Amino acid sequence: MTLLKSTAAIAVLSVTCLLAAGPATAGYKVFVSNEKENTISVIDSEKLEVVHTIKTGNRPRGIILSKDGKWVIVCTSDDNRMQVYDTETYKLVKDLPSGPDPELPILHTSGNPLYVSNEDDNLVTVVDIQKGTIITDIPVGVEPEGMGMSPDGKLLVNTSETTNMAHFITTDGFKNVENILVDNRPRVAEFKSDGSEVWVSAEIGGTVSVIDPAQKKVTHKITFEIQGITKDAIQPVGVRFNQDNSKAFVALGPANRVAVVDAKTYKVEKYILVGQRVWNLGFTPDFKLLFTTNGTSNDVTVIDVASEKPIKSIKTGRYPWGVVSGITPTKAADSGDAK
Amino acid sequence: MAISLRYKVTKWKRLVSQASPLPVLVDSVKFVSVCSVRERKFRSAAAAALIAGASVLVAGGSVQAGAPPGLAPPAETAPAAGEVSDVQTLPILMVRQLRPARLPPLSLLDLPPKDEGLAGARLAVEDNNTTGRFLKQNFALELIESEDPAELIAETKKRVEGGIGFIVTDLDAKPTIELADALKGLDAVIFNASAPDENIREEDCRANLKHTAPSRTMLADALAQYLAWKRWGNWVLIIGPSPEDKGLAEAYRRAAQRFGMKVVEEREFKYDPGSRRSDGGFEQIQQQIPTFTQKLPPHDVLIVVDEGELFGDYFPYRTWDAKPVAGTAGLYPTSWHPAIELWGGTQFQNRFKRLAGRNMTPLDYNAWMAVRSIGEAATRKQSVERKTLIDYMLSPDFELAAFKGRKLTYRSWNGQLRQPVVLATGKMHVTVSPQPGFLHQFTELDTLGIDKPETKCRAYQK
Repeated sequence: MTLLKSTAAIAVLSVTCLLAAGPATAGYKVFVSNEKENTISVIDSEKLEVVHTIKTGNRPRGIILSKDGKWVIVCTSDDNRMQVYDTETYKLVKDLPSGPDPELPILHTSGNPLYVSNEDDNLVTVVDIQKGTIITDIPVGVEPEGMGMSPDGKLLVNTSETTNMAHFITTDGFKNVENILVDNRPRVAEFKSDGSEVWVSAEIGGTVSVIDPAQKKVTHKITFEIQGITKDAIQPVGVRFNQDNSKAFVALGPANRVAVVDAKTYKVEKYILVGQRVWNLGFTPDFKLLFTTNGTSNDVTVIDVASEKPIKSIKTGRYPWGVVSGITPTKAADSGDAK
Repeated sequence: MAISLRYKVTKWKRLVSQASPLPVLVDSVKFVSVCSVRERKFRSAAAAALIAGASVLVAGGSVQAGAPPGLAPPAETAPAAGEVSDVQTLPILMVRQLRPARLPPLSLLDLPPKDEGLAGARLAVEDNNTTGRFLKQNFALELIESEDPAELIAETKKRVEGGIGFIVTDLDAKPTIELADALKGLDAVIFNASAPDENIREEDCRANLKHTAPSRTMLADALAQYLAWKRWGNWVLIIGPSPEDKGLAEAYRRAAQRFGMKVVEEREFKYDPGSRRSDGGFEQIQQQIPTFTQKLPPHDVLIVVDEGELFGDYFPYRTWDAKPVAGTAGLYPTSWHPAIELWGGTQFQNRFKRLAGRNMTPLDYNAWMAVRSIGEAATRKQSVERKTLIDYMLSPDFELAAFKGRKLTYRSWNGQLRQPVVLATGKMHVTVSPQPGFLHQFTELDTLGIDKPETKCRAYQK
């Protein structure tokens, strides 16, 4: 019943929102890694459809763009390396080294180096993406996962899923300066763009810890409650802040919802129904659209940020995992030739 | 590493046997040093550097932890001199009942590893210590093993009086209860990692006894929910002759009633297991099983009840009717399976394989959960004090992440760890129960096993 209703609601919304949008946002290329299919789906943010599918190495997960937007870099976890694809031609540019089972990469604010968590090795690897060489390895806790970079480029935050900590590491000298205990199975660390806070989601703990990076202390813990959903199913993973840091969007895993949180009062304002097992989130560069990867339902939900409503579900490959949007609008429509 | 460990145990055995009239008792094996030396030196060295260089956050306030070193001093020197004194150590005792009389399994693939259970506990100690390093806590595993439960109980009591508060057991049900009684009034808690018996969770429950091993009713309910989801509602029970089989059969009868299934016939399989390893055998079994399963009423599935795994695996593909087999053979419920990659399980399995050089069994997993429960409590309470940790583990705040896709907690009425149950074949998992649609007012996990309103356990009532 509810499903039917919500589908209908989404259908209605998608019509109204598209009408209301007026001159549509310039189409960006949105890249979605499909963990079980070994592909990246390329979605045009204007057409809201898959325009290309890139065949990748095994088990593509964490996915980011180079600073100039010319490369899309994806962790191919089962191949124990990363791959670089050209965002225009979709051709493989090169492989990058990592440790075993790389999961989430993040770039230094300057664009190089790249830091990647290796889930199977208790290490974060620092990689020069231009030279394609490993600079060093930084030891962290068991099952490193989430990667956050402070906007000034000075602090790297890594979370370890079984040690249940956020490790604060300086990018200058790779010194571990603090280890903060958070709730069970921390997945994602995300800084506000003003650097004032870093939020760490705990998937099994069901919370998001707000950490003051200056004092290195947990200042607040956000919890979630959804009527009709058991607490166990509320499993926060992806966290993204809107343009002015006034609101945060938190993906809640098998609760199939994205929470909208007031990022000043930490009050949860609403829950947006999306696809199944929603893990990661990505804005278009204009912050008008938010894409969510829904692993179990093989789709992404597109959320209109202004209205905080889902406007469309787009079928991707199997088990979509990560998502990142291109930084420049697409020039011409792609031909849509798959693979 | 596994080899060096075994060597240590054997050596101790020999030493003890020379010196003492009780040759079976193995003395304590301290894993502290063994566990801290990681397989890849590079890794441990680096990790140690991290600890030394880190300032450690303790309960809201930062405690600076000494001089910042470079990236990687060698592991041996890293736990810097000035810090050692304020590291708190939490010893954990593993108690193993050796069962040489137990029959070997039907399949050569299922021979139990010598360190079954123990290796799981060791992995958890390593996992605990990774976190512990950041919090100045150190976990140490001690081991006693014997064929004689009385000896194990006496030795455990001695260790508890000597300061150990946490015990993980691989014992049969009866000695488990006897141990709990022997430790009554002492500050100690026992984690039962092996015995599935219902009575030790129900009428014979003890307040100082927790269970990470799932109970028979939890296992039976997990399978029943899936069979209900499949609409395979008519069951035939094939029941072995042992008392354990009778207990498990009762759990299946209860599950059938609970989930609207029907046991259409029960047959007892009386069988002399005889020798396992022989050149022949299948010729006769191929004749025997079809004959035994002849003239059954219409049914959807055969449920084999054979906890000792003495004959169950003879049934799949040999039954008179073309029906699937489940229970202790075919599709079976279990707390863990070595092929699980769900919920981050891949890395967990890899860690275990690196440590033990083999696959993780359910007993390993149950022992891992027990030791991790202790570690989790120590981490969250920033304490190694027994009473504090025991109280916390029973409080609603306690939760364990155990690669099951949701937090695990202990039932407040009998100390049983709530957990999803995997349904698997030899190769891989088929599904995980609770199944969708089986609802509960508090947690779906309580649709598996005996629930609060039904419990006969009184020891936990205060």
